[in-house]
Amino acid sequence: MSTQFATLESHTFDVLVIGSGGAGLRAAVQAAVPGVSVGIIGKSLLGKAHTVMAEGGVAASFGNVDRWDGWETHFYDTMRSGHFINDYRIAEIFAHEAPERVLELEEWGAVFDRTPEGKIMQRPFGAHSFRRLAHIGDRTGMELLRTLQYKAISQDIEIFQEVTVTKLLKDAAGRMAGALAYYRSTGEFVLFRTKAIVLATGGWGKIYKVTSNSWESTGDGGALAYRAGAEMMDMEMVQFHPTGMVWPPGVRGLLVTEGVRGEGGFLYNSEGERFMLRYDPERKELSSRDVVARSIYKEVQAGRGTPHGGAWLDITHKGPEFIKRKLPGMYEQYLTLADVDITKEKFEVAPTCHYTMGGVRAEAETCATNIPGLFAAGEVACGLHGANRLGGNSLADLLVYGKRAGEGALAYSQSIAEVPTIDPQEIEAEMERVMAPFSITHGENPFLIHEELQDIMSNHAGIMRSGPDLEEGLAKIQALTERSANMGITGSRVYNPGWHAVFDVQSMLALAALIFRGALARKESRGAHWRTDYPDELPEMGQWNFVQSVDAGIKEVPVPQMPEELARLFERGMAPGVWKSQQEGKEN
Amino acid sequence: MSEDIVLSIYRGDKSGGEEVRYTVPLTPGMVVLDAVHYVQAHEAQDLAVRWNCKAAHCGSCGAEINGRPKLLCKTRLDDYQGQVVHIQPMQTFPIIKDLVSDVSWNYETAKKIPAFQLSQSAPLQMQQFDVDRVQEFHHCIECFLCQDTCHVLRDHDAKDQYFGPRFMVKIAEFEMHPRETGDRVPLLAKQAGLDMCNVTKCCTEVCPQHIRITDNAIIPLKERVADQYWDPLRALFRRKKTTTPTAPDSAPTIRG
Repeated sequence: MSTQFATLESHTFDVLVIGSGGAGLRAAVQAAVPGVSVGIIGKSLLGKAHTVMAEGGVAASFGNVDRWDGWETHFYDTMRSGHFINDYRIAEIFAHEAPERVLELEEWGAVFDRTPEGKIMQRPFGAHSFRRLAHIGDRTGMELLRTLQYKAISQDIEIFQEVTVTKLLKDAAGRMAGALAYYRSTGEFVLFRTKAIVLATGGWGKIYKVTSNSWESTGDGGALAYRAGAEMMDMEMVQFHPTGMVWPPGVRGLLVTEGVRGEGGFLYNSEGERFMLRYDPERKELSSRDVVARSIYKEVQAGRGTPHGGAWLDITHKGPEFIKRKLPGMYEQYLTLADVDITKEKFEVAPTCHYTMGGVRAEAETCATNIPGLFAAGEVACGLHGANRLGGNSLADLLVYGKRAGEGALAYSQSIAEVPTIDPQEIEAEMERVMAPFSITHGENPFLIHEELQDIMSNHAGIMRSGPDLEEGLAKIQALTERSANMGITGSRVYNPGWHAVFDVQSMLALAALIFRGALARKESRGAHWRTDYPDELPEMGQWNFVQSVDAGIKEVPVPQMPEELARLFERGMAPGVWKSQQEGKEN
Repeated sequence: MSEDIVLSIYRGDKSGGEEVRYTVPLTPGMVVLDAVHYVQAHEAQDLAVRWNCKAAHCGSCGAEINGRPKLLCKTRLDDYQGQVVHIQPMQTFPIIKDLVSDVSWNYETAKKIPAFQLSQSAPLQMQQFDVDRVQEFHHCIECFLCQDTCHVLRDHDAKDQYFGPRFMVKIAEFEMHPRETGDRVPLLAKQAGLDMCNVTKCCTEVCPQHIRITDNAIIPLKERVADQYWDPLRALFRRKKTTTPTAPDSAPTIRG
């Protein structure tokens, strides 16, 4: 036994939550009932997670401004925009429970913008049939995260900040048993033993060069789960948000909230044409994200782009007071970072990688995965969004399924008598692996490998894809993965970003290959997945989700079929609430 | 385009250190964090810097640029043309390494504030003008630059006597919520050490979210403490509070 192993710090919990963003905190808050020990691990400081980057709002069908809204319409919009490869049961539960989860936040201190009647205000967003997004200006994610953060610290939850998990550990029977991690500040290892794990580590948007994602979105959780044998679904589905910043170079990709269009902004090409009228005359700027992103992309390809290769977004007609009140973050962001006053001038936007719809396949009621004791919620999980996520649905997702994952893990942990046993040799081997980059001199630079990875993904698996391009990209990823085995670092274990980057890059490379394999398998265009060699959405492909695992490779799994009463909601070809509002209109 | 800028970045840990100079090619609109990342990727992989969103939403990258507490992601390098840019970690907290400080004291302090309490269940009926006042406090990104600049914490290291501006904002957020029922005035008068603040407004000046910390949070809270503890008429006719507060144990001892 090595000294390192003998002196290993160790903690034991009934439920361990990995990831301290919105979904993780919501899960921890739920699991922390008297008599149950709960730990939560975050890669950053508490309250810094990528959830803060969500701006526009949280979708919940209160009907505070449009009284016809209801769960059926939210369900309808979510399935339709997901192009029907979503898990209907996940979407159904989600639409039902979102309002209750948002009200809970109000009870915990969140202060949403108000309607004139004093209710929670709701704003329109792309492809939502009604004004549905509860919001606080343009910083809704931050409000949500801060509220959950202060709720969590008032409960009996042990919080580990700036800790990176490198491996999920199972017992001999294949049940979750713990995780090996290290403190980023000291580089010292720490072992977590637990009965159940909630994985809430977010997505992997950092895999792309132009991205709205913060540094953390490196897919650690997805890769940890995949290596442990979890099933990964719909990996080809990557959302490109239509509006990211374009100029200057340092801010390229930074999110411009959909709220700008929600609050009345228009998109123009370089010829001054409001081009969305052509691509989607009905929903215009508020079409679904896949459609708007593709439209901007096509305008640029056709030579009608702005000076730095985007489209113009203009909201000046709403007036400075309105803009500063409803979009204060955007106003400040453009003014300080781009010297542009959005109350006075139009500004450049272009698509940016925003969200990964694919992820760990999780069950609707409890978020259980195929590994006993492993639960997944939030962006790392898969099933709600299908081929395209609606704006505002991710914040609602992490509330609804954060809670359910917490409950699921709690119930599971209570069904297990003892904390499962971990093989000490596995721990020792993992510690050795994690330390290996220190002994490689003149190795590959992890930061530069990351840059190469981002180039490959942007060039070969971006908005527009094709078979040969994807094949080439996959080959490049495989070659880069081989080179990455030689990543070496300098310096000590104390807060060493180079060392930390090694594991981020390993996670991203693993998931990049899955994106390519999924994209090659899906020989059609559906939602965010656009293939020029298969430009149409094909009904026969719509019957399948592509599921990948270490053990079984890639396989087709049938999309769950809706029961009769849900399927009926789609018969009219319009959302139930919209139909209701039209009927009322006729009567009057 | 080929212009360079010289950064002088503090390299070291709790055992000591010094500034090291790095030359970085300038690109349009570049912020200090971009330049630090350039150094990290090309010259010093182990250069420690804390950051997350690079969009001034998360408040991770607080540091001191030419002696001023700032967010690295929001500070443009073209503001420093022709100058050497000195970058140091926040000085009020212990250093971990390079630009990363140990800010754990803030998280411990946060736990001392009683949680948000309501006497009714949601949905709440509140008008926008009722919530405007507290929504300002919700802008806080917990970058702790106000804590870094507060002379009570920085020069007098009185972390055991004052929670600092960040947590005055947090307490104000709860106290001024139209439906919140908790009473944190005794906490402010004693443990939180509100009277340690002598309203020099340094915190307001450095706040990257432009929260008017002193005017809108601290001074109104001071008024509440004064009303409850020092106004004899109010003490006689106090109706709202159930427990009779006593005067603070000690008078303020620090003056900036």
